[in-house]
Amino acid sequence: MPTKLYNEPSPLETRVVSKRFGLENSHTLDTYLANDGYKAFRKAREMTPEKIVDEVKASALRGRGGAGFPTGLKWSFVPRTSPKPKYIVINADESEPGTCKDRLLMEYDPHQMIEGILIAGLAIDSHKGYLYIRGEYRYLIEHMDRAIAEAYAKGYLGKNIAGTGFDFDLYTHSGAGAYECGEETALLDSLEGKRGIPRMKPPFPAVAGAWASPTLLNNVETFSAIPPIIRDGGAAFAALGTPKNGGTRLVCISGHVNKPGVYELPLGYPMLKAIYDVAGGIPGGKKLKAVVPGGSSCPLLKADECDIPMDYDTLAKVGSMLGSGGMVVLDETTDMVKFALRIMRFYAHESCGWCIPCREGTTWLRKILQRFVDGGGRKEDVPLLGELSKNMLGRTFCALGDAAAMPTISIVDKFPEDFEKRLPAANSQLVVV
Amino acid sequence: MAETVKLTINGSPIEAEKGTLLIEAARANGIEIPSFCYYEGLTLQAACRMCLVEVEKTPKLQVGCTLPVAEGMVVHTESQVVREARKGTLEFLLTNHPLDCPVCDKGGECELQDMAFRYGAGESRFTERKVHVDEQQWSPVVYFDAPRCILCYRCVRVCNEGMGVNALGVSNRGAISEIVPNRHDYLECDECGACIDICPVGALTSGIYRYQTRPWEMNHVGTVCTHCADGCRTTLGVRNEKIIRGNNRDRSGINGEFLCIKGRYGFDFTEHPERLQSPMLRIKDAGGLDSFEPVSWSKALEVVAGNFAKVKARGGRFGVIGSNHTTNEENYFLQKFARQALGTKNIDHHRSGDLLTFFDALSDRANVLATVEDLYNAKALLVVGSDLSQQHPLLANQIRANVRHHSAHVYAVTTGPVREDHQAAASVRVQRGGELAGIESLREKLKAETDLTIVFGDAIQGESLRKLIVFGDSLLIPVKYVCLVDYSNSRGAFDMGLIPREGGMSREQMLASGDLDVLWVVGANPLKSAPLASQKAFVVVQDLFLTETAKRGDVILPAASAYEKSGTVTNVCGEVQKLKAAIKVMGAKSDLEIFGLIAKEMGSDVVRALGIWSPDKVFEEIRKTVHGYDVSVPLIATGGAAPTMPLNGRVPALPGTVASAGDTLFTSGTLSRYSKILNSVMEAPGELYAGKESASGS
Repeated sequence: MPTKLYNEPSPLETRVVSKRFGLENSHTLDTYLANDGYKAFRKAREMTPEKIVDEVKASALRGRGGAGFPTGLKWSFVPRTSPKPKYIVINADESEPGTCKDRLLMEYDPHQMIEGILIAGLAIDSHKGYLYIRGEYRYLIEHMDRAIAEAYAKGYLGKNIAGTGFDFDLYTHSGAGAYECGEETALLDSLEGKRGIPRMKPPFPAVAGAWASPTLLNNVETFSAIPPIIRDGGAAFAALGTPKNGGTRLVCISGHVNKPGVYELPLGYPMLKAIYDVAGGIPGGKKLKAVVPGGSSCPLLKADECDIPMDYDTLAKVGSMLGSGGMVVLDETTDMVKFALRIMRFYAHESCGWCIPCREGTTWLRKILQRFVDGGGRKEDVPLLGELSKNMLGRTFCALGDAAAMPTISIVDKFPEDFEKRLPAANSQLVVV
Repeated sequence: MAETVKLTINGSPIEAEKGTLLIEAARANGIEIPSFCYYEGLTLQAACRMCLVEVEKTPKLQVGCTLPVAEGMVVHTESQVVREARKGTLEFLLTNHPLDCPVCDKGGECELQDMAFRYGAGESRFTERKVHVDEQQWSPVVYFDAPRCILCYRCVRVCNEGMGVNALGVSNRGAISEIVPNRHDYLECDECGACIDICPVGALTSGIYRYQTRPWEMNHVGTVCTHCADGCRTTLGVRNEKIIRGNNRDRSGINGEFLCIKGRYGFDFTEHPERLQSPMLRIKDAGGLDSFEPVSWSKALEVVAGNFAKVKARGGRFGVIGSNHTTNEENYFLQKFARQALGTKNIDHHRSGDLLTFFDALSDRANVLATVEDLYNAKALLVVGSDLSQQHPLLANQIRANVRHHSAHVYAVTTGPVREDHQAAASVRVQRGGELAGIESLREKLKAETDLTIVFGDAIQGESLRKLIVFGDSLLIPVKYVCLVDYSNSRGAFDMGLIPREGGMSREQMLASGDLDVLWVVGANPLKSAPLASQKAFVVVQDLFLTETAKRGDVILPAASAYEKSGTVTNVCGEVQKLKAAIKVMGAKSDLEIFGLIAKEMGSDVVRALGIWSPDKVFEEIRKTVHGYDVSVPLIATGGAAPTMPLNGRVPALPGTVASAGDTLFTSGTLSRYSKILNSVMEAPGELYAGKESASGS
């Protein structure tokens, strides 16, 4: 596994979670231990579970998988005293288009995540964890298996971890190529060997998750942020960001920028600064057209909406989301119809098929957009795209339907001229074959 | 009384038990919230999104099928927003649904069609290509047309949860998700057809019914299945004196919607080409060989009555073997005929469960005979010596549903694996004869239960049965019993007295007796398994087919099946239900009518002694004279099942043997041999308690 970084770090970054990226053999336990590794775990071992959870609450850390749910609160929902075994499940089914941060955390610094998992284990009295890695990350499964084996060999997993008397077992589990299995309950079904479809909530996984036992489910980045939080205190982490939006996060900037890559930025970092300064601006000096702020499920922002700080609350205010940190920058040459088709092809392919609006809606939208791109667009298709998306919005079983509908609605609403441009000239009477 | 909450639906105040699902609370108050995937008794899906409703103070539309009612909830099920949402969902559904209603079997009773009419999504804005998948045949019973499927997963759930068969699943994902059978491209299952009945659209269709008719062109006749002893009600769809389908979609009767392959499709024996439609006399043909000559009814009756009178006059020996399938009225009339008009005690039928010992051991007790419903409500159940899902599909279904809905504890003591094992708290494997020891090994577990229902097969009879009851008493908890018998009126045949009381000959003795003068066999086939010793016997056979026994007949009288007559039958749990004639088969007469006509032919004294042979009159007499049968007439007249309590016991031991014929899911004595559908299924029948060949029942 190369320790060479995929992109040059930016001096504007605040590197907390990614601070070991680029170190020689950063993925090994030795490097980890030499760089503050397991200090947090030893500290947590001396703390009460309540204190650990309080510290996480104080950090204002919010789930990095996309929904942004306060992590400490989630931890406090797990009934610590339940007689059932409690499980920790790590969501490494990183599939959101535009998002590629969890792979780096596992590739460069797997032991930081493992330490975070162990601290969670202390907090909720869990002794077993499952690392659910998307099937496409084949090499990472092997990589994580090696890291886990190393941790076992050196006493950082298994019985009596680091001599503290705490036991924990961690296993990798491969996904089979389904975006849907990033949804936490579908992930649990898949983990249990079932077809990956979402479960009804309630009960929430914290109460009845894997094998109907209390289960703590968090994203790779969320667990990776735990060791610095415990080590340096929740307040210190929180102070890096803005109120209620604690700390830093890895932002994956892709699309039309000079220096695409994964950068660790504090919450509340100005979006335009991220595009122009951190990621080096748009090639050829072209104008910004739109930004996907946090993965393809988030409604797009037009260029004039982008002068905002990147935190959960501000993004919500402008009708979008911070999502999973997958920021896609689109310049003025982008054809938004093609862009809409590209993402709808993804959602139609990935819809699990469980509920009607998502299953049929994504496919229908894909067909209309495909026809549009193929030159068969009709005037009435434009409002139809919006209406169909709205018929999906809020009516599907899980968030996948919303994730497909929201960007489509924003594209149709914000870029009608791109659709008009593609209408066949004078008459729109077209024979559909 | 459970806690109730008050809520408002569409402006009407409603009270419902706390925790009730909104969709159920609404239905109970006459407000329909439409749904495809929600199905009473099966797990919740929330997949179809048809039941979305508006709940005040919640931002999004709520799913009515998973939302428990709460105090003060204000719900709108028909508001503009809700109707628009439903219309939107229907529009999505119809994008890929072929609009082939005019040729679809489901047309007219299709839930999607009904919804499209109601919410007006008939005109589609969908102008893209639909996905087409060719129709597949999964078994002689089940056909699947994937494009029509709306993926409500009812079929998957009824097969997995309801039947415990797990033969259906889902493959692929998204818009190309498809229901798939367990053997890749065909089904290996119970072939019960529950998936077809439960399908809200025409995706699953039945090989028997498809393209035969439209639903509104049939008459629907509710009657009782004539195969096993469980006594499921089945509604027969009839057109032009032909039964086209069977189902129980109206959930009438003890079985709700449940039916097995026999109840749903096993009616086709009625139109088998070999069905007897004319009385026949044995003659010697020109070459001196035996053959049968069709004769008129008057000629045949004259021969029968003449011979009966002659033999009776000279004090000859009669033997009468009745049926497990004929009605209570027929069985009662037959034994009365034998005892009073022919003066014989040699009356028997194929006894498949030891009811005699059973009733004797339980005499003078109340609440010890379990009904079919009891099996759904018992806290614990013990199945002994029977592969219930093969032999008593309804009883097995009741137990499965009980476990699913009430977490009942099931125990199985059998000679091999049975389906109950999957849900069993404990299963014990024994050699035949070791059942009691097996039960004994469960004593501590059973003692800890609050009540118990014991269902046992023919392995438990005589002394073993008495010991079983002693065991039940020793548990010191309320115990109920079901003594398993084979066929649709096995229980009634016993209750009506088709038994060799007071020194009569048993079935085996009659066949073995060398000097029997008359053997009268009604709806049974005893000569399949044993020869008739008496060469001189004049043999009269009433049956549907030219069975092994009929071939020995001197006179053969074509009888009507249970689907062609009225009367009552008593199921394995002793519940009386009413048959309703669905069709007429030319030339055949009900056995009761045949008895009456023979009596008439024998003279007015006989007629006077036996009384009028109309089913209603005979049933009146049964109610007055047969212990435990004074059941409510209105109850059974309206399709109900009335439990009987014939616990007068005290009948001395009878000669003859008690043995189940060992029918399985796809056999049913003689009837199944003439059912095309039962013979065309490819699955191997269960072997655990199967008879070597399904023999002598009817």
